[in-house]
Amino acid sequence: MKRTVPLLISAVTGFILIGTAFIPMFEEWGNDAMAWFNLLAAFAFILGGGNLLKMQLQKISAQQAGWGYAAVTLIAFFVTLFVGLAKVGVHPNAKFPEFSWSGNYLEVGSAFWWFFEYIFTPLSATMFALLAFYISSAAFRAFRAKNTEATILLIIAVIVLLGRTYASEWLTGGFPNEPIFGEGGITYSDFKLDHLSQIIMDDFTTPGMRAIKIGIALGVASTSLKVLLGVDRSYLGSDQEA
Amino acid sequence: MKQSTIIWTLLMVFGGLGLISVQLFRGKGEVYVREVPVEAKSSSKTSPEQTYRWSTYQEVSAKEKDDPGISFSYSRTLGLWVSAFCTLAIFSFLYGDNPLYKFTESVFVGVSAAYAMVVGFWTEIVTNLYAKLLPGMARMSFFPDMESDVQSDLLYLIPLVLSVLLLWRLAPKGNWIARWPLAFFIGATAGIRLISYLETDFIGQLQSTIMPFIVFTADGSLLWIKSLRNTVVIVGVTSCMVYFFFSVEHEGIVKYISRLGIWFLMITFGASFAYTVMGRIALLSARLDFLFNDWLGI
Amino acid sequence: MLEILQNLDRRWIFLVMFVAVAVPLIMGTTFPETPSDQVLAVFDAVDNLPDGSNIVMALDYDPASAGELQPMASAFTRHCALKKHNIYFMTLWPPGINMIEGSINILNEEYPETYKGKYGTKYVNLGFRAGNEGVIKLVVEDLKKSYTTDIHGTNLDNIPLTKNLKNIQQVDLLANVSAGYPGSQEWVLYGSSPFDIPTVVGCTGVQAPIMLPYIPDQLTGMLAAIKGAAEYEQAIINHYPELAKNPKAKEGLVRMGPQLVAHVLLISLIVLGNVIYFLERRQGTA
Repeated sequence: MKRTVPLLISAVTGFILIGTAFIPMFEEWGNDAMAWFNLLAAFAFILGGGNLLKMQLQKISAQQAGWGYAAVTLIAFFVTLFVGLAKVGVHPNAKFPEFSWSGNYLEVGSAFWWFFEYIFTPLSATMFALLAFYISSAAFRAFRAKNTEATILLIIAVIVLLGRTYASEWLTGGFPNEPIFGEGGITYSDFKLDHLSQIIMDDFTTPGMRAIKIGIALGVASTSLKVLLGVDRSYLGSDQEA
Repeated sequence: MKQSTIIWTLLMVFGGLGLISVQLFRGKGEVYVREVPVEAKSSSKTSPEQTYRWSTYQEVSAKEKDDPGISFSYSRTLGLWVSAFCTLAIFSFLYGDNPLYKFTESVFVGVSAAYAMVVGFWTEIVTNLYAKLLPGMARMSFFPDMESDVQSDLLYLIPLVLSVLLLWRLAPKGNWIARWPLAFFIGATAGIRLISYLETDFIGQLQSTIMPFIVFTADGSLLWIKSLRNTVVIVGVTSCMVYFFFSVEHEGIVKYISRLGIWFLMITFGASFAYTVMGRIALLSARLDFLFNDWLGI
Repeated sequence: MLEILQNLDRRWIFLVMFVAVAVPLIMGTTFPETPSDQVLAVFDAVDNLPDGSNIVMALDYDPASAGELQPMASAFTRHCALKKHNIYFMTLWPPGINMIEGSINILNEEYPETYKGKYGTKYVNLGFRAGNEGVIKLVVEDLKKSYTTDIHGTNLDNIPLTKNLKNIQQVDLLANVSAGYPGSQEWVLYGSSPFDIPTVVGCTGVQAPIMLPYIPDQLTGMLAAIKGAAEYEQAIINHYPELAKNPKAKEGLVRMGPQLVAHVLLISLIVLGNVIYFLERRQGTA
């Protein structure tokens, strides 16, 4: 029950979905499976919330260091959950005004919208904005031309960084559109930084990324097969679980 | 004076200047709204007609504050200042870890977890589970627009059971049962990825790489730049793949080809790094734009 | 001097970066942009469609990436509005619902004659569904299995735009703005590539190199990072000069000022760091 049933479930589901690409009869089954998959994904949000709750409560009850912050997390969690589920400040759908619960839970002006707009948005956006500072510090301390490979990486980075701004026009905008040798060949303007960075992206980054993609695709295919055939059972965890 | 003290002083001065400028530019850091009255008539054809009235509020620029119908919004002005506080509190981490940062970080964790739960609940669970299993009740509560002849789809009892088993993971005993829905999830992911990755990222990418080394125009003359570019792409893909091929010893010719592959990969990573920098800076400028423009009004 | 630089408090670097971004932002420095071929491919994909074509706009991002992606989403929206296209908004990210709201505001406030009061006939907001690529798999084959109602709870069979829409293979173009997983790559893997749905994307700088190999066979075009957004805005302004008067339509262009200074600063930091490294090596300390 603990291992055989899950192995069977994953194999049947997986092979039905693989079959949708080849057998028309499987298409409808595949769509049903995807609809259930999406529902489980929504329940995963609830599982995530429940897990957070469990961890924070454990922290508070054990009076671990920083348990006050755990309490702050819980308060923020419950207040947001309440205003979202209770549709606080939401008006009904204008087509059906007698149905008070028919409105959009994220209506502009509602309490849940307020939490999103004025708390979630600035906090998440600023968290990511911090990365600009850390990348600049890393550029100063870590990006060293220690060998040929690192030197290539840095030179390319500099060309693309300049080529993607107006600096390319300032530095190389004056390169004439005249052939270096012969007619119809390479011109001086081909060496403008914006053009060089485009060539780097199209002719050098594309093959590099393409090879990585091919490698990943083969990796995904083999891992998927291992899971479906029951060779890889790591997702089932150990038998010691309660 | 210690270096850290200087930095702290500068930040304080900046913060102070910011607040002073808010005062100087009165009307900034305030939000104004236009009242939009809504008048809705009862949808029921059987009950007597009834009219429902309420107002929604539309944000307008501070320039319009003296226009008729425009009013000061306390909740949104408070929101703007809360946003500014949250932004500065997170930025304070640059100086060092501090209680203000930890407080806002804790708030963020709580709000984002609850946000995801609420959105998942209303969009997927209510719409695609509750309404499928109990259409009559769904029509009377959240979806009055639903057709009256819709029948319960009992097939949806399966995902309901799987979902309950998934949540069982939080229980102290018997949480191994959550492996069943997890197995469904893993199996489905493996099934859809296997085909898509092979089709798009394996066959598709190989197809895109199969191109002529030498390209001629219709009149037979050599397009040598196009030929060179094609050759670079083909050689690039091949050499990178040789580098990834660890089943043979990287010696002799293979060593040189794989070294060329490493160079191509370094170029790829260099360009990726440059693009990542570009992205991070854009995020910072958007945040500073909020502080200077929306909040301080500089 | 070398010792000072070796032991430099990183907060000085933070401060310099702050100034490098803040000053051009406050001064409103902008530079002219020339749309690249890749951006023009995106522009043409939207512009060459007959007026009133059907476009799915999947806005898969959150406020954390809005700094980079909001200008793209707004530019896509304005371009579609100028062409009077019918727009189907949807998202695979929970916070994407609020991002869609921003685009709908543009339609109502800047193009009221085409879109105001025309919900359901000119645009529709399908909102969010959980399931990542699972949602894509369904909307490309059986839309109503995933979306039975729009964001307001209205049945899709009662909305003119969605009444006869079986799946999004029937639309003329898919425009996706994405901040990561699930996003552009998944739309290509499960949508545009297997079903040949014409697709254009706008994505973050981190994703841009990952998406490159799909162009042009599996992806019509891509707007890469804020530079792509600025070039796209310029391309739209070049073709529709009336937009030049709208400062909101230059959000990406305005951001290129701080971008230039910050890039130059970053290069200077890399060079300075390497100078220190080589000096250290010469002194035998590294």
